[in-house]
Amino acid sequence: MSLTVISFLLVGLALVAYFFARAKGAALAARPGGTARTGAAAVHSRPAYHGAFVALWVALPALALLAGWAAVSEGVVADRVIASVPAESRPATELDRDAFMSEVRGIVTGEIEEAFNPDANPAAKVYVTSKANFSLMAGAAAAALAALGGLWGYSRLRPDFRARTAVEKVVMWTLILASLVAILTTLGIVLSLLFESIRFFQKVSIVEFLTGTVWSPQTAIRADQVGSSGAFGAVPLFWGTIFIGAIIAMIVAIPLGLMAAIYLTQYAPARARRILKPLLEILAGVPTVVYGFFAALVVAPAVRAFAVSLGMTNASSESALAAGLVMGIMIIPFVSSMADDAITAVPQAMRDGSLAMGATTSETIRKVLVPAALPGIVGGVLLAVSRAIGETMIVVMAAGLAANMTANPFQSVTTVTAQIVQLLTGDQEFDSAKTLSAFALGLVLFVITLLLNIYALAVVKRYREAYE
Amino acid sequence: MNSAQSASRPPTDWASPKMRARIARRYRSESIFRNLGLFALVLAASFLVFLLVTVVRDGWQGFLSTDIKISATYDPAVLGIDPAAAKGPDAQAALQAGDFQAVMAASVAKLGDDADAVSEGAWLVLRRQLMDDPALLGQTVPVWVPAKSTIDLLAKGKFDLSKPEIERGVSDADIANFNDLKKAGLVRTGFNRIFITGADSTNPELAGIWGATVGSLLTLFVTLGLAFPVGVLSAIYLEEFAKRNRWTDLIEVSINNLAAVPSIIYGLLGLAVFLNFFDMPRSAPIVGGLTLALMTFPVIVIAGRVAIKSVPPSIRDAALGIGASKVQVVFQHVLPLALPGILTGTIIGMARALGETAPLLMIGMRAFVSDTPGGLTSPATALPVQVFLWSDDVARGFVEKTSAAIMVLLVFLLLMNSLAIYLRNKYERRW
Repeated sequence: MSLTVISFLLVGLALVAYFFARAKGAALAARPGGTARTGAAAVHSRPAYHGAFVALWVALPALALLAGWAAVSEGVVADRVIASVPAESRPATELDRDAFMSEVRGIVTGEIEEAFNPDANPAAKVYVTSKANFSLMAGAAAAALAALGGLWGYSRLRPDFRARTAVEKVVMWTLILASLVAILTTLGIVLSLLFESIRFFQKVSIVEFLTGTVWSPQTAIRADQVGSSGAFGAVPLFWGTIFIGAIIAMIVAIPLGLMAAIYLTQYAPARARRILKPLLEILAGVPTVVYGFFAALVVAPAVRAFAVSLGMTNASSESALAAGLVMGIMIIPFVSSMADDAITAVPQAMRDGSLAMGATTSETIRKVLVPAALPGIVGGVLLAVSRAIGETMIVVMAAGLAANMTANPFQSVTTVTAQIVQLLTGDQEFDSAKTLSAFALGLVLFVITLLLNIYALAVVKRYREAYE
Repeated sequence: MNSAQSASRPPTDWASPKMRARIARRYRSESIFRNLGLFALVLAASFLVFLLVTVVRDGWQGFLSTDIKISATYDPAVLGIDPAAAKGPDAQAALQAGDFQAVMAASVAKLGDDADAVSEGAWLVLRRQLMDDPALLGQTVPVWVPAKSTIDLLAKGKFDLSKPEIERGVSDADIANFNDLKKAGLVRTGFNRIFITGADSTNPELAGIWGATVGSLLTLFVTLGLAFPVGVLSAIYLEEFAKRNRWTDLIEVSINNLAAVPSIIYGLLGLAVFLNFFDMPRSAPIVGGLTLALMTFPVIVIAGRVAIKSVPPSIRDAALGIGASKVQVVFQHVLPLALPGILTGTIIGMARALGETAPLLMIGMRAFVSDTPGGLTSPATALPVQVFLWSDDVARGFVEKTSAAIMVLLVFLLLMNSLAIYLRNKYERRW
């Protein structure tokens, strides 16, 4: 019997307990005086709460036991299996042990038909039986706990028992636990990035990483290989990221996004807005991998042909311009919606005042609305930059992997995100500097986008409050 | 002072040529500005149209395949299948183990020189046919099998035949074979069943999208199962119960920032925590689902809070007034009223998760998986990752497969977003 089955049985048991206890609660209420507002016989809680109270006592302790058991069971079973192997052929190191156990599991699940290691076949039988035994023990313990919890909960049901208060306390704790997931996730991101980055900075100095201008994380197949260490100067990656995400993409996205927002909010008749706005939203909903495919298949060759027609002989098929252009188009809806919000937040009185003075609509927009909305627009643009530099698929597919420090948009540059993908998708040992450098890059990316976001959100918030 | 000044200034002569020119200039710049705005919108929209047209133009033929008719003889001796075993209880296993490649070789040999036009994986079709209908054992039947990719592309007119052999990507021999077969009536172009029902393959003509679709569905199933309850519960807590203190502020700041963290960072988190620390299986939908759930739940929390906030306080006051507890008010009155808004936000978050590629690359879901994934822990890939993998493939036949896969992905996204819009329009209430 697997743990999943036991859990389902427990839930079923809790359901049965619920109906029993609810019946008891209903019986309490049905006694003379049971439904009175006050008095000795008045029931505090509705029958459903009595039911839920007992059901929680049946399920929660037993499920907690099972969860704890699930966390350690594989290890305990593995110990049993290893112990059953004759001492002389027992796997010695941690690595051998893991390999042996995965082979045993492979035989049990039927993925491997014939084991490489002759000891694995008898061990597989030990694995099955000991796992079954332990599951049975865990199931029995859980059943006992469920019964105990259920009996104790049931024994507490009295007319004056505050079952609702108890159940609501559990609900509140569930709510708090759910909210803590956000903090745990943030903590998980920070800690995992920091932990791996520190390991990287033990191998490569942090100064070299942040100021070096040569990036070539050589494939480190063997530690003693010549040139296996590679060079980890990340400045070319930072430049490439800024060049594509903060310069080229923004040159495309800011004018187009801003003008689109101005047209939608100030000029477009209601009917046109109803058609055009969802169109922009569709543009925002297209997956980035589709943009990447489009950039690589259509835009990059066109950019290359254009460069050749300009007389550049060494134009590469992967260029900063192709990736930046497509990324800019991807960002348009984002800039547009932020600018839309900022412009709509400007008080109508300012607009009316300007129009009443005889200014045309465009003069009002240029001289009154946009200056007034500028903080909000700038905040939106910063958020857009943070999105653009964190964008991965477009640059992976269209920007290339050559770490060039160039301001020539027709040349290939690489970005932080493209390098992270490149570094982590090969088959690499996890301890090599090459693999760990991806986490250091991730940490830099995380810190930069975090600062941008916090600052931009603060700007936008202050701006909104100014007009409230 | 002011009145004295304006009194001393001569009245503006609006009809003077100078003022007329000035007004004309201002109106002109007004119309230029206005048209610039329209131009920006039209440019963005036309890009979208261009993108969709390109994908459909390149991709629609990916749903078609070129088949070649051969006559296959399911000779038990060649297959190495005992006819008795094929009728026994383990018939399917016995048939599966047959040597279909030998049957294929024998059948294709009848085509003579044109045998080269048949896909090298065509024996899979024979195996499926025999396993579907074991009675065919020992018989000779005509079968349509997929042509190899070059022939397929040739039939779809993807090559410029006026170019010299070396530039056009297809050899004279292939063209001759194709024309022979066509003359003999052994070629047809029809609906590509393999693409809709199969999984990834190294041969474009045998590659299918179903495996990646199932992988995506399994991943999204895990994502929804985790992100929806956690997201809704946190939204309820933050909006209805949380006291204003440092912890609450920390939670709010975390959620707002998590919603803006680049998706690839979640991939790094998944790699470091789920794969390396908890030792979960690589390439598995459960890890992908967990990673995407962490990414999606801030979106659900934010949408949920907006929806809960829009429920008017009078509802709460009324329920509290007749004696409901705070928890009862929230779960029996506020939550049902806020649910359409929460669901809309959830679907939009799930649509984003469906299109997400980078985090899945980090946790190894870019592996070559030639089987439809069977469970939450078996190796799988996802639709957007499949698009990425195929777009990276050098084989020319994958270009149309990539576009076709994008079409499938976009159809799913369209369905999800339409559902969200439908829910919003149907249940949205103005208080």
